[in-house]
Amino acid sequence: MSAVEEVVTEAAAVEAVPKRAMTLGTGTSLLVLAALIIMPIFVKNFIIFQMTMLLIYGLAVLALNILTGGSGQFSLGQSAFYAVGAYTTAVLMEHFDVNYALTLPIAGVVCFGFGFLFGQPALRLSGVYLALATFALATAMPQLLKLNFLEHWTGGVQGLVVTKPDAPFGLKMSQDMWLYYFSLVVVIGIYILAVNLLRSRSGRAFMAIRDNEIAASAMGVDVALYKTLAFGVSAAITGIAGSLGAIAVQFVAPDSYTITLAVSLFLGMVVGGVGWLPGSIVGAAFIIFVPNIAEGISKGLSGAVFGVLLFLVIYLVPHGARQVAILGQQLAGKLRKN
Amino acid sequence: MELFTNQVLAGIATGAIYACMALAVVMIYQAIDHLNFAQGEMAMFSTFISWQLMQWGIPYWGAFILTLALSFIAGIAIERILFKPLAKAPILTNVAGFIALFAIINSSAGLIWDFTIKQYPTPFGSAPFLGSQLISTHQAGMIGVTVLLLLGLYFFFQYTRVGLAMRAAASVPESARLVGINTSWMIALGWGMATAIGAIAGMLIAPVVFLEPNMMGGVLIYGFAAAVLGGLTSPFGAVVGGFLVGVFENLAGTYIPGVGNELKLPIALALIISVLVVKPAGLFGRQIVKRV
Repeated sequence: MSAVEEVVTEAAAVEAVPKRAMTLGTGTSLLVLAALIIMPIFVKNFIIFQMTMLLIYGLAVLALNILTGGSGQFSLGQSAFYAVGAYTTAVLMEHFDVNYALTLPIAGVVCFGFGFLFGQPALRLSGVYLALATFALATAMPQLLKLNFLEHWTGGVQGLVVTKPDAPFGLKMSQDMWLYYFSLVVVIGIYILAVNLLRSRSGRAFMAIRDNEIAASAMGVDVALYKTLAFGVSAAITGIAGSLGAIAVQFVAPDSYTITLAVSLFLGMVVGGVGWLPGSIVGAAFIIFVPNIAEGISKGLSGAVFGVLLFLVIYLVPHGARQVAILGQQLAGKLRKN
Repeated sequence: MELFTNQVLAGIATGAIYACMALAVVMIYQAIDHLNFAQGEMAMFSTFISWQLMQWGIPYWGAFILTLALSFIAGIAIERILFKPLAKAPILTNVAGFIALFAIINSSAGLIWDFTIKQYPTPFGSAPFLGSQLISTHQAGMIGVTVLLLLGLYFFFQYTRVGLAMRAAASVPESARLVGINTSWMIALGWGMATAIGAIAGMLIAPVVFLEPNMMGGVLIYGFAAAVLGGLTSPFGAVVGGFLVGVFENLAGTYIPGVGNELKLPIALALIISVLVVKPAGLFGRQIVKRV
């Protein structure tokens, strides 16, 4: 069994959560949700923008979590799917005047197709080999977007400028705030879909493949179908995140979607806890805010400070935010007994 | 036809760089069972140390040997201090640790030696080799050193007790512990050796790509690709993979229309993946049989 597959199997070992303690989890989710809804009223536009990016990256980390945490396939190519989603939206909005909200499902469908097709050759690869294949996709994507014969559509190296939508129905709301609430609704919708997907028959098939591919196929799971399906779903969600990202940043250019983005998303998943969907938002917060904090501590050594902070996190909680949540639940359980 | 031979020769010359790096990658993969993303940066740092030693007036070979020794110790130290505590953590967490190490080394090297490009000396000279314009004596020397290194490793793993113990520790850790092998120290030893080999690779590559903190970015990717193509379980495969990737890359750049410098890497990677789809364990890798 290859290295990466093992990991994901191990992660499942921390799952057992006592049912009655779940109320704490529900309570925390409601609190977080309330904070996310109320917060923009009190803060400046720039912070609202950052929170929008937090939601968007959270969505992209969630997508990777479904792929790696759910079906056990490792991907360093998420930036490519993100780019395809972003460009689909940008091209549709700027060349065809399509409404921004309508571009999201289109981007999702396009990316689903792309991911599903990419999943076909990737079927024969696993572990580091799959990492290399997806890595190749990530390095190729910016170069492909710069190709000459696509330049009419993609704007080449220069990229495309995207217009930020106004709040509809004459709502008195800044563009940033409207986009924030719009993203929030999309993200929550997809989150609920993702949770249900992992609980469904397909989700169980993903996890069976993750835990033991041979056993899964012996149980009658169509391994090829579900592995490619996981790629497709993950790509679709990443693509929608990319679309939202393009609208929020108001700009798409090939060099925004390099391997660095894919690596950040991977770090976000590890920090949030592999296979634990609520952790995605924690991971996203880490990859958005920690580089800024590192820069604040030392300009010249920002990379080193970021590395040290990352080491601290993985020493303290090797299973990411999930471990913190489990500790919290156990603590609450003990308090209740006393 | 002449163009073809020339391109193949040039490919072999760049391939030597990749082969060196791939050897270091395989070395550490054998010891710890995953790819170390910080390997290139570790090699870069070693190269900077040798450069600093030479700036202080130590002759080339003196600096070379000293750097090897320092790298070996540093590799062991990194394993003991940073990665041993993570031994029980999930592997993806370890990978995040490699990325953190990458950031730390890259940024500190930038601070200590800044990001300007530096010349690095070669012990072999840079005259044309045997009258060929495509391969310089330095590149020939590099190929020579790679082959020597490979032979040395082969004998080490095949005919020494420590080599055998390392192989045992990597393939079946539980059984290795039962027969009295200290597997934890074997891993540290693997790190030390991989860092030293990386240092050799760095010092051989630096005269070609010049010395700067980001010099290894591209090389490491090709090194990974070469190691995966050759089969991660085989040092010999890694070297062959290195040369193949070098030749692939050059031929793709010459014969496929519209491929500039920028598309070389994606095309080389695409080719490697097509090979992997047919032979999933790499060209010379051992097929690992899975059980339920």
